[in-house]
Amino acid sequence: MAKVTNVLLVGVGGQGTILATRVLAGVLVEEGFDVKMSEVHGMSQRGGSVVTFVRYGDKVYSPLVERGTADLILAFEKLEALRYLPYLKPEGTLVVNDLALLPAPVLLGKAEYPYNALDILKQKVKDLVVVDAAKLAEEKAGNVRTQNIVLLGALAKRMDIPPGTWEKVVSENVPPKTVEANLKAFWAGWEA
Amino acid sequence: MKKLLSGDEAIARGAYEYGCTFAAAYPGTPSTEILENIIPYKEIYAEWSSNEKVALEVALGASLAGARALVAMKHVGLNVAADPLFTAAYTGVNGGLVVVTADEPSLHSSQNEQDNRNVAPFAKIPMLEPSDSQEAKDLVGEAFRISEEFDTPVLLRITTRIAHAKGLVECSERQEVPIKEYKKDVAKYCMVPANAMKRRVFVEERTRRLAEFGETFPYNRIEWGDRSVGIITSGISYQYAKEVFGDGASCLKLTLTWPLPEKLIREFAAGVEKLYVIEELDPFLETQIKAMGIPVVGKEIVPNMYELSPEILRQKFFGAESAPNQVADLNLPTRPPVLCAGCPHRPVFYILKKLRVPVMGDIGCYGLGLQPPLEAVDTTICMGASVGMAHGFQKVGAWSGLDRRAVGVIGDSTFFHGGMPGVADMVFNKGGGVLLVLDNRTTAMTGHQPHPGSGITAKGEPTVEIKIEDVVRALGVEDVQTVDSYDLKAVEAAVRHALEYDGPSVVICRRACALLKGLPDLGKAVINQEKCTKCHACLRTGCPALVSHPDGSVTIDQTACNGCFVCGQVCPFGAIEKVGGGERG
Repeated sequence: MAKVTNVLLVGVGGQGTILATRVLAGVLVEEGFDVKMSEVHGMSQRGGSVVTFVRYGDKVYSPLVERGTADLILAFEKLEALRYLPYLKPEGTLVVNDLALLPAPVLLGKAEYPYNALDILKQKVKDLVVVDAAKLAEEKAGNVRTQNIVLLGALAKRMDIPPGTWEKVVSENVPPKTVEANLKAFWAGWEA
Repeated sequence: MKKLLSGDEAIARGAYEYGCTFAAAYPGTPSTEILENIIPYKEIYAEWSSNEKVALEVALGASLAGARALVAMKHVGLNVAADPLFTAAYTGVNGGLVVVTADEPSLHSSQNEQDNRNVAPFAKIPMLEPSDSQEAKDLVGEAFRISEEFDTPVLLRITTRIAHAKGLVECSERQEVPIKEYKKDVAKYCMVPANAMKRRVFVEERTRRLAEFGETFPYNRIEWGDRSVGIITSGISYQYAKEVFGDGASCLKLTLTWPLPEKLIREFAAGVEKLYVIEELDPFLETQIKAMGIPVVGKEIVPNMYELSPEILRQKFFGAESAPNQVADLNLPTRPPVLCAGCPHRPVFYILKKLRVPVMGDIGCYGLGLQPPLEAVDTTICMGASVGMAHGFQKVGAWSGLDRRAVGVIGDSTFFHGGMPGVADMVFNKGGGVLLVLDNRTTAMTGHQPHPGSGITAKGEPTVEIKIEDVVRALGVEDVQTVDSYDLKAVEAAVRHALEYDGPSVVICRRACALLKGLPDLGKAVINQEKCTKCHACLRTGCPALVSHPDGSVTIDQTACNGCFVCGQVCPFGAIEKVGGGERG
């Protein structure tokens, strides 16, 4: 079967992975791939763990990614990076935001947050990219709300797609006044 | 032009392209985005109906008036709409009528898992199942055509991974379909016994003709490959089968999955050595194919609950193990969904927990009130169940002399959907139950759709705002109180009063959903660390904006806080202060 690339975007409901997903989808369509993506809406979005599967290639059947087959995972939060680690290929790349969002059981003292998440990831993932998206968004783009695009930039560098396509689609999908900040954010992530 | 659309978006596009002029729905995951994406088309009248039964009746009325009509709902919504559906199966249609059911295997956001394919033979209406977004769009057109040609409502059945999965769709221009003439025809539309008995015969004859139609329906197709294995499949399971078996197996892809094309199935079965059925949930195809006397393997291998996936099929058929990076040993904390920061349901559940009263819950965000630390909800059944159950619970107490006081908790949209008959019942039957209507001014869980109490239509036009106070008074409830959900003392006093009141009592707890746009700025809550004793009383509200640190201190995440100040009301030391914002408006 023709090659299909598998990508996961994982995070926490309300973190706004939607814009990043929309841009990624737009880029893949622009590049002429067959694309399928799947996510779950509804209750899980109320602060729950969320995952978006993205698959692209010449011909894609299933919208779901199987464990052990993801070429790339973009994690908006560290615990979620660990949770979805079984999806990563042995030689796959994981881009993780250096951010801890404490889930309800941790806030209530009923569970421990894995504060050593990055250490575990370093042991288990050959190609790990850690991005401090909040810092880069603030320092390089001057707008802390561009964190998603910073992370997307870091993902984009690891995909074989011309940066010009990314710039075009980012520009089309963010509010006109924030295009410049978001493009700076994209490049900050690319170079991270 | 090709667009990347979800199945829901594609169905909306199909409604537009295939001349639909009328659409109705009640929101419910994973069907909500169908109507949401129809609303912007000015060529189509669209409404959020008060419930699914009404939505189907409205669409049936539109069909009889001559319009192509589409109605959409989630799987449990079709239970609510079953009554009109089962008789619309007899009356048939005038303009085409498409009924979309969006099922949710793995119940991501539902109270049960049900396979609504079973409704097609039960109601005796044809059913189409798309396998991707392109088919979801195309089959809206086919469904309208079948509906009009065979004089029947058509069930378009999708699942979460069709509804919420995106794929490329070739989009075209709209084909205008004129509104048909209406002719009075009581023999067809008045289902009194004498007429219904005759239509019963028509339904059987129609089913026979539909089965014949399915034999050559191009969306039912054989893909010949290796003949040692043959797979019969439909819907999303087709994609999973292709993913796992590739072109290494022959495949019969069924799209009109009721009634089934028996000759086509026999032809396929005769052409392969070993025959499998791959389908999600119930053995719907398998049972029918076995009844044809065709040996086939299905649920012996393929699970009969939860979503299927390529991974499950690979494991079941080939015993393949994957996943090199197991994390089970890390014992990671779960991340369940929670009531949002500033959610107006939180203070109500905080009080209900304090009062230790049984709470009959309902369907909506407030179902999350069952989770720690609030743990205030005792039951979750279906839309509108809260009030009837609270009444029944209380009646046992009145009957036996035991204390069986209970509180029903229902949202505003759910109240209009299914709560009103329960209130009428409680009043009529001299009940003494308590109903709390958590009026957050919207249908929150599904993403803020308007309802009869919102004062705005689906199309954004101002309309009559039906007041819940007026409704419950009109239904005969004399003890009606309205409180601000954010005001803990007021909520507690109102609930205590209602529990003591001799007779049916309603408390309307009103405060807009904190996620609604355009709300007044309430400022932020900040913990004065000098006054804080680290007693953690605030954490018992379960607000996700409160962050407890390893040293026992607590801070408030200022980007998450919505300024409801419920934490400030529970702090025994006055350590939580309000910064900025106006008065609680």
